[in-house]
Amino acid sequence: MSKFTKKKSSDLPPISTASLPDIVFMLLFFFMVVTVMRDTELKVEQNLPKADQVEKLKKDRSIFIFAGKPSTQYRKAYGDEGRIQIGDKYTDVSKIGLALKEAQSKLIPELQNKVVVALKIDDDTNTGLVSDIKEKLRELNMVKIIYITTPGNQLEE
Amino acid sequence: MARRSAPEVNAGSMADIAFLLLIFFLVTTTMEKDKGIARQLPPIQEDIIPPKIKKKNLFIVLVNKNDQLLVNENPMQLKDLREAAIEFLDNGGATSNSPEYCNYCKGKRLPTSSDNPNKAVISVQNDRLTSYNTYIAVQNELVAAYNFLRNRESQRLYGWKFTEVKQEVDAGTYIGDMAAAQEKLKKIQQLFPLKLSEAQPKKN
Repeated sequence: MSKFTKKKSSDLPPISTASLPDIVFMLLFFFMVVTVMRDTELKVEQNLPKADQVEKLKKDRSIFIFAGKPSTQYRKAYGDEGRIQIGDKYTDVSKIGLALKEAQSKLIPELQNKVVVALKIDDDTNTGLVSDIKEKLRELNMVKIIYITTPGNQLEE
Repeated sequence: MARRSAPEVNAGSMADIAFLLLIFFLVTTTMEKDKGIARQLPPIQEDIIPPKIKKKNLFIVLVNKNDQLLVNENPMQLKDLREAAIEFLDNGGATSNSPEYCNYCKGKRLPTSSDNPNKAVISVQNDRLTSYNTYIAVQNELVAAYNFLRNRESQRLYGWKFTEVKQEVDAGTYIGDMAAAQEKLKKIQQLFPLKLSEAQPKKN
């Protein structure tokens, strides 16, 4: 009877979707931040040794070499001798030069001759393997290395 | 009779909640920043004549395949290595009238140990079967010995710690004259130059 009474519908009011873009952007940002962290799948064990006299690694100019025993799912196929991994695949000591040159060419050109090789090596590895890698790096003239460690001190255990 | 409709949910604050969550995740995801012990390998040179180093200027650390230490022909525990290395580097055994006299050393000045920090060389030799864990532990202790002495000198000369300022300069967060600080860091490094030699591991 009155013209001010609105026409009532029995439906529920629609849920506002105004904040959907915000949520999507939030997720997008979150994944953008997270995905840069792991760009290689680890195929070797990585229990890094502890040290406290450390320096920070400059990520923009570094190449990673992983070494250690193959992870459990690869152990059947590759045995449990220490192995080297560069990028996503196992590499033989004699062939690390090629893999490193490839990784080096992916860095930005200004930093290519300031390259630092980051050695992420499992604490159970023999030093023999490490010195083989180092010898190879000397031949390749990549003399700046950094042994990646975890914070702590082995004497406190 | 008019039936009341359910009031519409106010979605204006949804964006705020979303941003709050975003900031929360940004803050809590600690980007695992890799840290480690930096080293420079010697470049390959042909026909180099090994320099003659007096025996008293050498601090030889041998590590065998059972991860046991032998320092200058005496067995040693890892926990004593730092102290021994500091004593060796800081000894300053050269006599006060010789040109090699070390006026900032505070060691015991034994004639049987190193002449001055510039002459003192630490040589690490390990077996191929030494575990990497022990290798890093030894390296860490030796770097700690150098850092201890460098910190002491920078504290005395400039009133700050070498390791702290070096970290700030490397990260670019140093407040003040960056070039001057770098110059000072270099000076401290020259007082106690890192002379660590690594021999080829022995074949077992």
